[in-house]
Amino acid sequence: MQRIRRFEERAEELYLGGELPGFIHLSIGQEACAAGACAALGTDDYITSTHRGHGHCVAKGAPLDRMMAELYAKVTGSCKGKGGSMHIADFSVGMLGANGVVGGGANLAVGATIAARLRGSDQIALCFFGDGASNRGPVHEAMNLAAVWNLPVIFFCENNQWASTTSVKSVMKIEDVADRAAGYGMPGVVVDGNDVLAVYTAVSAWVERVRNGGGPVLIEAKTYRMRGHFVGDPQVYRDAAEVQAQRANDPIQRLEWRLLAEGRLDEAGLARLKDEVEAELAAAVQFGRESPLPEPEAALEDLYATPLPGGVRP
Amino acid sequence: MTDMTFTEATIAAMQEEMRRDPLVFAIGEDMALQGGVFGQFKGLPEEFGVHRVLDTPISETAIVGAAVGAALCGARPVVDMHFADFITTAMDEVVSQAAKARYMFGGQCCVPMVLRMPDGAINSAAGHHSASVEAWLLHTPGVKLVVPSTPADAKGLLKSAIRDDDPVLYFEHKSLFKMRGEVPDGEHIVPLGVAAVRRSGTDVTILSYSQMVYRCLDAAAQLAEAGISAEVVDLRSLRPLDWDTIATSVRKTHRVVVAHEAVRTGGVGAELAAQIGEELFDELDGPVIRVAAHDVPMPFSPPLEKFVLPGAAQVVAAVRRLL
Ligand SMILES: Cc1ncc(C[n+]2csc(CCOP(=O)(O)OP(=O)(O)O)c2C)c(N)n1
Repeated sequence: MQRIRRFEERAEELYLGGELPGFIHLSIGQEACAAGACAALGTDDYITSTHRGHGHCVAKGAPLDRMMAELYAKVTGSCKGKGGSMHIADFSVGMLGANGVVGGGANLAVGATIAARLRGSDQIALCFFGDGASNRGPVHEAMNLAAVWNLPVIFFCENNQWASTTSVKSVMKIEDVADRAAGYGMPGVVVDGNDVLAVYTAVSAWVERVRNGGGPVLIEAKTYRMRGHFVGDPQVYRDAAEVQAQRANDPIQRLEWRLLAEGRLDEAGLARLKDEVEAELAAAVQFGRESPLPEPEAALEDLYATPLPGGVRP
Repeated sequence: MTDMTFTEATIAAMQEEMRRDPLVFAIGEDMALQGGVFGQFKGLPEEFGVHRVLDTPISETAIVGAAVGAALCGARPVVDMHFADFITTAMDEVVSQAAKARYMFGGQCCVPMVLRMPDGAINSAAGHHSASVEAWLLHTPGVKLVVPSTPADAKGLLKSAIRDDDPVLYFEHKSLFKMRGEVPDGEHIVPLGVAAVRRSGTDVTILSYSQMVYRCLDAAAQLAEAGISAEVVDLRSLRPLDWDTIATSVRKTHRVVVAHEAVRTGGVGAELAAQIGEELFDELDGPVIRVAAHDVPMPFSPPLEKFVLPGAAQVVAAVRRLL
């Protein structure tokens, strides 16, 4: 969680300082979802992600330096500078990509498990999506298909209360996204998405069942988006007081307090942990900063696995 | 050589590829009990079982999206779109996901999938079941487009498409399914991006593909009676495009007609006319002329349908304009 938080805080600073191009969507406040859910998965398992995908990528184990280089649009980035923040991916750790299309990852997760089944592998897929995405058709088609075929998919809704400028309350007649699971004959559960242990426990409890042919599940994690929809969002649509009130519910603070109170970590240990993250991040930023930009002609590469005769026409 | 229908040729291609590679699978609606709406998957469910021939709910978005996900994770899906028109319901999955994944992710993955798209007009199927939609996808870098016109090509191109590591859109004209033809025995592969000269000639080049090739061959026969020698080139795939064969033919005849069943505006004909204009302008003795459907959705009533569709007469008229 600390790695995600600091990665994104640094990305925000660098972006505001004019170092990073494009758009950046931060998941600050939602780290417990990514960390808790991915910790319950194996390295081989797949995740699909949203446009807010840094946390998912970090939590699945992607190296920070290649991620940061991608944000810097450098050739050393995990997508060689062709994806950027909104399309960040690291296939080496089963992270099948952030997605610029809201709800775009749901069916990819279903397909990942079809491939796994054909290969005789017991890999599962976890699909991150938002409360906003839960209103889109592709997500419903994915849930239905996974349910009728008993596919090992965990649909993990990060309900952060806002979809861009729209409050979840104004676009959903029901309180919980999890209720929608009933329509597909699969279980739907709600978990405190700011409590990493609760998320980890909830996801872990379903991983084995899902892996062993029990069919998919919809887990809704109630959380809150602390920052604007994107970096630079003036947030005219919500009260500063609402955001302020959520500070007491910070998932990282909550875990720190708990670990300290239970005596599992002391102040020195915590400081050491933070220093480690800081050092890793400093190296990542340096790597991103100092890496070369791609050669312009690289824009014509990577389109096809079997290139066209005559190449990509200008 | 074996005489078989276009449908049988595609089934043979599927069988051979599914036997060869356990990661090839078929997915679509009405697969299990009917073997596809046109019977183009018949026998496959019995031979390969429900895990390799997946019979889905009516969920085009899920079908195509899941195929993309499966392809990203190493499987090789062959999707049946039922009717090419329905690609609109999964356009995002094709255009934003399948076509872009490899590129956006810097070559980390590939998307080896085939979309089988029965297209074209037959039997007054009208507005929602008659379209030829290849131009929408030609405008999408990252996908390949295949347009077979014979049973032999149906087999050879489908096998190539399944083995290709990129997303391939395979357009099969509904009126061709029952057509018979000789298919070479044994392993028969037609590479993507190689056109076929169906009739050689010296006065004009007619570029075409899919079912329209036959209307062009009719036109060429009529023209021959009038002493005009037309060369008919069957493009067989639109991306990759066999530019060499096109250029060689144009250098020989100096006149070009492009004929397709899809509507005219923004179509494949427009693209070919532009490319030929840019690269072979000095070779041309006249403008590149397009023969295409009128710019309307396909109407229901037979005389209306007939009026909208281009036929041999329009091809003949286009050639006469040039000579
Ligand atoms: C299909 C589609 N529609 C609209 C958008 C624009 N858009 C980007 S993010 C977003 C809000 C998504 O909300 P949610 O799914 O709750 O995710 P969150 O941003 O809260 O993480 C919107 C509307 C988009 N990218 N894709």
